[in-house]
Amino acid sequence: MNYTLDFTPVIDGLPSLLSACLGTFFLAICGMLLATVIGIGGVVLRQSPIKALRWLVIGFVEIIRNTPFLVQIFFIYFALPLAGIRLDPTPTAIIALGINGGAYAIEIIRGGVQSISKGQMEAGLALGLHKAQVFRLIILKPALRAIYPSLTSQFVLLTLSTSIASAISAYELTSVSQRIESDSFRSFEVYFTVTVFYLVISWVMMRIFAFFSARYFSYPVK
Amino acid sequence: MTQAAIQADASDAMITMTGVGKWYGAFQALHNVDITVAQGEKIVLCGPSGSGKSTLIRCINHLEAYQEGEIRVGGMLLGHQSKTIDAVRREVGMVFQQFNLFPHLTVLQNCMLAPVKALGLGKADAEERARQLLERVKISEQAEKYPAQLSGGQQQRVAIARALCMRPKVMLFDEPTSALDPEMVKEVLDTMIALAEEGMTMICVTHEMGFARQVADRVIFMASGAIVEEAPPAEFFSNPQHERTRKFLGEILGRH
Ligand SMILES: Nc1ncnc2c1ncn2[C@@H]1O[C@H](COP(=O)(O)OP(=O)(O)OP(=O)(O)O)[C@@H](O)[C@H]1O
Ligand SMILES: [Mg+2]
Repeated sequence: MNYTLDFTPVIDGLPSLLSACLGTFFLAICGMLLATVIGIGGVVLRQSPIKALRWLVIGFVEIIRNTPFLVQIFFIYFALPLAGIRLDPTPTAIIALGINGGAYAIEIIRGGVQSISKGQMEAGLALGLHKAQVFRLIILKPALRAIYPSLTSQFVLLTLSTSIASAISAYELTSVSQRIESDSFRSFEVYFTVTVFYLVISWVMMRIFAFFSARYFSYPVK
Repeated sequence: MTQAAIQADASDAMITMTGVGKWYGAFQALHNVDITVAQGEKIVLCGPSGSGKSTLIRCINHLEAYQEGEIRVGGMLLGHQSKTIDAVRREVGMVFQQFNLFPHLTVLQNCMLAPVKALGLGKADAEERARQLLERVKISEQAEKYPAQLSGGQQQRVAIARALCMRPKVMLFDEPTSALDPEMVKEVLDTMIALAEEGMTMICVTHEMGFARQVADRVIFMASGAIVEEAPPAEFFSNPQHERTRKFLGEILGRH
């Protein structure tokens, strides 16, 4: 094999690759925030006394979890304009990531809520707190703690899924690297570098999650 | 009865249950329960497992809905409107077998949560009240700890303090010492005895018959969801009227 490695195009493209990493972080973090809101909101609606709302959540979760993420992005990007909603690639990607991650987060967080003993809810009610207060002040934190490892891996997955947003040319690492690759034909060098960048991004995400865990979920349990 | 007598009667009664019936689906857990608890009165409720003791006291703060009859707490008719349910829950404290402290909050925060969020008390007032009551259950030096760092007996005393922070008029206890190691039962019972001596209205589901003798004004015996008999403790233990009571007392006292 006579291939000579030449990282020159990668080195020349480094500034744009690094700023594309920030684009990836931006998509991932916005996507996670939206997914968390959808996840917690979905769990609340899933417990609603109104049957229609419960079914809405169940239907949402089933549809999202049983269709490809790429199709979901295309759907939002190409189908919504037909309904008069026109969004740029980056907001589209954030919404798609949030919706997709949110559907998984609903199921994960729901598992956490179910793992909290009924006695916690009863103790809160007996103290005169409303159901919503009990959920927010008593149930939520221990529930999130219980499923924090699963939520972390789901959100690392969400971070990596940002690369699929390259299909609609959202500003992130994969689409920028595709551009450098097609200008230079240095496929191996470019994707080797991008692989390393994604590893670092995942690692940083896990550190961020570990930081929050130490900050918020470090109370002792038996 | 004269009008005055009726009124005195009504204001004197902290809790009245009249003809209360409760179903879980098709299963009837309470049959026609009548109980009147006067202010300051201490009731011990006992009976075999599954007889409906927990169900009964959980109806008093509407953790369980009842379907028949009427429950009044401090004069308020406990129907199904959330407003009265809230009002009643603020006046009725409950202590559970499993303590049910909130694991993510310190002892102090456990005690402050409801006064701040349900009564709208200021943080400083709530803290002062909490520290006072933690002092009273002799656990003030643990205020900054988390529940998991306390023994069972300490946790249960915190649970009592937490309930008292709402300044309830009634305290309900559902087997508060059953989940405790034997050496910790006394510290919790002593706390309850002190509370009784201060004049708190109490309904205690417990099989601690020593406690019943010392504290109770009346012992109520239940079986199969109905009240079988009730009497002051001396009479209840020395001269039980019903066969089922005698059998129960034989079992429970034989165990000790
Ligand atoms: N949530 C429920 N759904 C259906 N049946 C129930 C429920 N809770 C209690 N029961 C039934 O109602 C009856 C009374 O139960 P309860 O818990 O009040 O008894 P208990 O006297 O407190 O018993 P124990 O001494 O074991 O605590 C039992 O037969 C029980 O199986
Ligand atoms: Mg019980």
